[in-house]
Amino acid sequence: MTQTAPRLQLGPMLYHWSADRRRDFYRTIAEQGPYDSVVLGETVCAKRETAPVVEAMAEAEVALKAAGRTVIRPTIGLAVTEPEVEALEGVARTAKAGALVEANDVGALALLSGQPHHIGPMVNVYNEGTLTALVERGATCVTLPWELPMDNIVALAGVARRLGVDCGVTVFGRAPLAISARCYHARANGLTKDTCRLICDQDPEGLEVETLDGDPFMVVNGLQTQAFTVTLIVSEIPKLIEAGVTVLRVSPLDMDMVAVGQVYADLLAGSVDAIAAEDRLLDLLEDRMVSNGFLHGGPGADWIAAE
Amino acid sequence: MNAVPMELVCPAGTPAALDAAIEAGADAVYFGFRDRTNARNFPGLNFSPKELAEGIETCKRRGARPMIAINTYPDAGDDSLWRRNVDICAEAGAGAVILCDMGLAGYATKKHPDLRLHLSVQASASNAPSVRFYRDAFNIRRVVLPRVMTVEEIAALTAAVPDVETEVFVFGGLCVMAEGRCSMSGYATGISPNKDGACSPASHVRYEEQGEIMTSRLGSFTLNRFGAGEAAGYPTPCKGRYRVHGREMHLFEDPCSLDATPLLPAFAKAGVTALKVEGRQRGKAYVAQVVKNLKAAIAGQVTDPSASRAFMEAGGATTGVYSGTWH
Repeated sequence: MTQTAPRLQLGPMLYHWSADRRRDFYRTIAEQGPYDSVVLGETVCAKRETAPVVEAMAEAEVALKAAGRTVIRPTIGLAVTEPEVEALEGVARTAKAGALVEANDVGALALLSGQPHHIGPMVNVYNEGTLTALVERGATCVTLPWELPMDNIVALAGVARRLGVDCGVTVFGRAPLAISARCYHARANGLTKDTCRLICDQDPEGLEVETLDGDPFMVVNGLQTQAFTVTLIVSEIPKLIEAGVTVLRVSPLDMDMVAVGQVYADLLAGSVDAIAAEDRLLDLLEDRMVSNGFLHGGPGADWIAAE
Repeated sequence: MNAVPMELVCPAGTPAALDAAIEAGADAVYFGFRDRTNARNFPGLNFSPKELAEGIETCKRRGARPMIAINTYPDAGDDSLWRRNVDICAEAGAGAVILCDMGLAGYATKKHPDLRLHLSVQASASNAPSVRFYRDAFNIRRVVLPRVMTVEEIAALTAAVPDVETEVFVFGGLCVMAEGRCSMSGYATGISPNKDGACSPASHVRYEEQGEIMTSRLGSFTLNRFGAGEAAGYPTPCKGRYRVHGREMHLFEDPCSLDATPLLPAFAKAGVTALKVEGRQRGKAYVAQVVKNLKAAIAGQVTDPSASRAFMEAGGATTGVYSGTWH
């Protein structure tokens, strides 16, 4: 296969933003964002899909498609309760009607096998055997788990290229570290998952968790626990592309995601070098801490400066 | 109680614990290799290939079913260690291999079609379609369910996929996150539970004493601080004490362990095939006591929980998510 130009993808909104805010966010992305595709839907907690949110996301889908973006519908990441399993199956079933679905809980594959679909980063794809098994069942794009080191990604992207499927890596955003059937966002506020009142809507980038020494460690985001640091991959991108990575995913934060995407687009177009691109992204990130340790095979929280 | 009693699946981190489990009446014993294929890959534990083959032999001779956990995710680039271990199990006649990785399951079904495969909790299959997928794709015969489901959810899943057996944890440590999908420890240490088989590896754990205060750290992060007389638990990220909204709390879990003994009749009614005891990192005294008590409870005898609970964390026992009070 010839090397295809890598494409930019906006990952799913991981936080619980209000319907109005989502509407504005995706309208701006549709009009100005440099993203070829957008993963649009709930991956963390099915309870967030209230009627106004569902409506706003449907409008967002129309706007994004009208602007020529490919829209991918993700399933939630952990389906345990009956409503969660129904939500999972509901999204997976839309593949039959032609929707492009991203599986984030293996349960979706019971419905998606045999049809073209995507695999999201919450499915454990660690090796060639798993990647091949998924491609044999219809996967056309596999976005790899956040914690994989470079040598693993190189091996997997090479297999994806040989099999003729897309391989995605997330280059920007807060890494999900865990998901649970319990809600720690609710618990931190003296509530439970069942009585949560969707209190996760108060923290547009998650609720900060500090160590007892006051060091920032993680954020809780509904059922999900994320890294406190923002994963930032820039100087490593040429190596990823050379290995066969064809999709660079950017995970939304509460900031100017058009500008973030534009930096990556400029980097891919060759109009800015990696050093300048990284500087621009660090400026946009303001006082957020960054890391790239997982990619470099060390503690995920670490930042290894480019040589 | 059911006509066929539920199978009690017991942990063995050493050959001595394996003997203790069988002695105490274990129906099945699960154990694993002394390497990265094992999700309890801790120093001083587990079995060499020779010991493992002998362990399988011992189980069979004494009427217990040997199950081998090869339950981490093989490396991209080189999965030969994982494949070799599957081959050893097939050759030695293991009663089942407990695995989580699709690639390895695909290898096992092709190379050893008669080898019985159980889906490890590390795959965190927590719904019926997921279990169906693993059954159809890899001929999985039993699924070990994550500790995130209520008894009602377990019953519904067991009924929805009746040709796959279900196994649930009844005693021991609690993972409150979906297993096999947690990178918290790797975020702090660079050692991946999924890839390396160790959550909070001892090499990255430190305890620091200042006067009467004991601080536990993982990598460069403080996970907890204990005052005089407070039991200092092992620092895994989900059991740490943190500051949120300026308030110190056990954000994820109060210190406690799982004891679902009171729910045994409910599990039987839910159609559960097997009950699992966590604790391959525990000594033979734990295994002997816990297995003996649970075996009696399964037989319908009234047991004294205090003997087993002496092995628990300071905070005592919980029936966990099973009873639905944790959601």
